[in-house]
Amino acid sequence: MKNLNKKQVPMQEQSAKERKNNFNEVPLGYSKKEALLESSRCLQCPTHPCIEGCPVHINIPNFIKAIKEDNVQLAIDIIHESDSLPAVTGRVCPQEDQCQAVCIMGKAGDPIAIGRLERYAADWDLQNRKEGKIKLPAKGKLNNKNVAIVGSGPSGLACAGDLVKKGYNVTVFEGFHKTGGVLIYGIPEFRLPKSIVQEEINMLNKLGIKITTDVLIGRTMTIPSLLKDGFSAVFIGAGAGLPSFMHIPGENLAGVYSANEFLTRVNLMKAYKFPQYDTPIKIAKRVAVIGGGNVAMDSARTALRLGAEHVSLIYRRSRKEMPARNEEILHAEEEGIDFRLLTNPIRYIGNEKGFVKSVECIKMQLGEKDKSGRRRPVPIDDSKFTLDMDQIIVAIGTTPNPIIPRTTAGLKTGRHGVIWADEDGATNIKGIFAGGDIVTGAATVITAMGAGRLAAASINKYLKGNI
Amino acid sequence: MFKILKHQKLGPKMQLMKLDAPFVAKKAEAGQFVIIRVYEKGERIPLTIADFNREKGTITIVFQEIGKSTHFLATKQAGGYISDVLGPLGNPTDIEYFGNVICIGGGIGVAPVYPLSRKLKQKGNKVTSIIGYRSKNYVFWEDEMKNASNKVLLATNDGTYGEKGFVTDILKKLMDEEKQIDRIFAIGPAIMMKAVANMTKERGIKTIISLNSIMVCGMGMCGACRVTVEGKTKFTCADGPDFDAHLVDFDILMKRLNTYKDEEKISFEKWKAEVDYYEES
Ligand SMILES: Cc1cc2nc3c(=O)[nH]c(=O)nc-3n(C[C@H](O)[C@H](O)[C@H](O)COP(=O)(O)OP(=O)(O)OC[C@H]3O[C@@H](n4cnc5c(N)ncnc54)[C@H](O)[C@@H]3O)c2cc1C
Ligand SMILES: Cc1cc2nc3c(=O)[nH]c(=O)nc-3n(C[C@H](O)[C@H](O)[C@H](O)COP(=O)(O)OP(=O)(O)OC[C@H]3O[C@@H](n4cnc5c(N)ncnc54)[C@H](O)[C@@H]3O)c2cc1C
Ligand code: FES
Repeated sequence: MKNLNKKQVPMQEQSAKERKNNFNEVPLGYSKKEALLESSRCLQCPTHPCIEGCPVHINIPNFIKAIKEDNVQLAIDIIHESDSLPAVTGRVCPQEDQCQAVCIMGKAGDPIAIGRLERYAADWDLQNRKEGKIKLPAKGKLNNKNVAIVGSGPSGLACAGDLVKKGYNVTVFEGFHKTGGVLIYGIPEFRLPKSIVQEEINMLNKLGIKITTDVLIGRTMTIPSLLKDGFSAVFIGAGAGLPSFMHIPGENLAGVYSANEFLTRVNLMKAYKFPQYDTPIKIAKRVAVIGGGNVAMDSARTALRLGAEHVSLIYRRSRKEMPARNEEILHAEEEGIDFRLLTNPIRYIGNEKGFVKSVECIKMQLGEKDKSGRRRPVPIDDSKFTLDMDQIIVAIGTTPNPIIPRTTAGLKTGRHGVIWADEDGATNIKGIFAGGDIVTGAATVITAMGAGRLAAASINKYLKGNI
Repeated sequence: MFKILKHQKLGPKMQLMKLDAPFVAKKAEAGQFVIIRVYEKGERIPLTIADFNREKGTITIVFQEIGKSTHFLATKQAGGYISDVLGPLGNPTDIEYFGNVICIGGGIGVAPVYPLSRKLKQKGNKVTSIIGYRSKNYVFWEDEMKNASNKVLLATNDGTYGEKGFVTDILKKLMDEEKQIDRIFAIGPAIMMKAVANMTKERGIKTIISLNSIMVCGMGMCGACRVTVEGKTKFTCADGPDFDAHLVDFDILMKRLNTYKDEEKISFEKWKAEVDYYEES
């Protein structure tokens, strides 16, 4: 290993000072030179633990080899075999906990920057598509069978993509007026430019998928009615969008948002361009974000970009236990987010007009390990204190929306209202499949996508009579 | 895109539109609403389904011009299109045979009360409707309400038509006269619904109201529409919009409704400056 560079080739990014004032993407991607350099660090080891580390088992050594040989077309073809949204996953996957965590190079130095290389290949592909050099994937023989997909997030899109390639008539039903799920309404522009998601969706359109927006399954139509109306199978990829709250006093004061509302206003409704766009958002001076996951980081950094003077992140455990991606935590720190660790809110206090004006908190310490294997936060007696805040964003998690289980008689559900599905993505009702966050609870883009693809394979088997 | 089939002015700043929305019409029930978006940059606006025709695939909305979005919607003509209509949203009102029922509609709230009283009457209830308006020129759907109810009592605040006063004045009289009132429905401004709730609570008459909290998604995914009911947080769009009036915390509701006052003013002023045809009325 002596000739190998132990350090990852860094990726250029906007400086913290600059990016605090705009919604443009933060990391800028590798140049060809940088990609060649980074890919040449890969040992092409025979055990390739990275493949096992990837939830959808991308053939990582092979695509890196292709990049090294400057055959980016081959690289993207290899990635596409397992991952239908690489420009997205290359940006938002928690690689440091997955493929990169087990990379042999990581033992003596930095692991290979697999995510950055994936992004490099995917961006090359997108650029080609923009320039009209499109290579549409091969399509199977049309078979006149209709499949309905509920939800247009990564699970639904991945499922739709695979089925249309196999020759099915696919219709995606989306409640919102825009396609893309959390990729559009949740993850902010500075982390995932919406044009990238749009480009992926354009591709699906070209393949012949029908997308119908403004249809909420469970209200506008129901799953049983879809099955009655000529759909032979249904895939439910409705995500886990129902925001959780802590049920503490003052939670419904004006100025207290769920992260979902805050991010939806900003990302989907473009409130950051208010009043050019009609949907408003409150621009607060002092903002507290409650939580420590990706959603909390995104909310804090969004609030900062909207013009907040001071953003605090209140998290009840220590930095080590934060579920957010390390890169996002670092970015948030660099941008000046004030981390209030081992702290928990217990009450929101409002002014005479009903707007939140402060939050009362209590200090925490770490106790015994809980079921998640993390040490449980325990309140410290007599440690209450108050912070002045004019906006609160609650980002403590989401659960599946109950509307589909409530309107689909007999559909089996599990803890926190998730839809039950077996290892093939089949629910307990014949012809109904499910996957993504609605089955697992809030998880990741790549697992949702993997679940969508798995269900597509099962639907294909089912419709061919093999189940 | 959804086509506007009819546009009718009902009174000052009160508009009716019939929209081509077959999926919505097919499943709509009294008590449900739609979320519409007028154009690409528009807000998501919740509006009650005031009427629907399943065969023709149409729904009717009745709305008041308040800020930018509803004023802009009012400039759209029959034959034109709006970007989005999502629905039917919310739970249908729980309607069965109750007996002696009073339906109260305040101002624009008369529109959603109409399909409600119609269905209540169909179910055999004796429906007395109390409808109230600011002034005579604001009165709309009097005949519709007469058809949908056994008896209609009408009030205007300034006394220019019907009885002088508020719907609550009439309700008070009715409560004194009628021996037995089995259920009350009230839809209108939050302040009116609160006043009704306070009156009926003393008498222990079950009262159902339809909440108009601020919404974004309308599908239970954003939490913008939270209200406190019986001390618990509920989502108006997913758990409501109907709630037991005696359990709702109206003060929090009304304060939350003011969240975007400043921003709405900015938006409206900007729009007024842009359009030359805006006229005060
Ligand atoms: C702010 C934020 C940041 C995140 N950051 C990351 C990250 O960095 N990395 C990562 O891997 N993951 C991240 N995630 C998680 C990731 O986005 C999700 O795990 C993933 O999007 C789940 O995909 P899905 O297809 O299951 O559902 P979703 O993306 O939630 O899509 C579901 C879609 O279904 C629609 N829908 C719901 N119900 C109905 C219905 N009844 N009828 C019709 N349509 C319906 C919804 O409108 C939505 O469009 C983040 C999530 C959030 C909220
Ligand atoms: C379930 C439901 C049904 C409704 N039905 C009707 C109806 O049938 N007819 C009708 O005239 N109005 C109805 N409303 C109210 C209507 O949505 C608002 O009047 C409209 O959104 C105002 O928009 P604007 O931009 O013109 O005014 P703005 O200046 O933006 O708002 C004026 C006031 O309207 C309220 N409001 C603003 N945005 C929203 C929003 N997204 N959701 C709810 N309230 C908001 C606020 O109290 C605000 O202060 C309903 C509201 C709900 C929640
Ligand atoms: S409006 Fe989004 S949850 Fe009700």
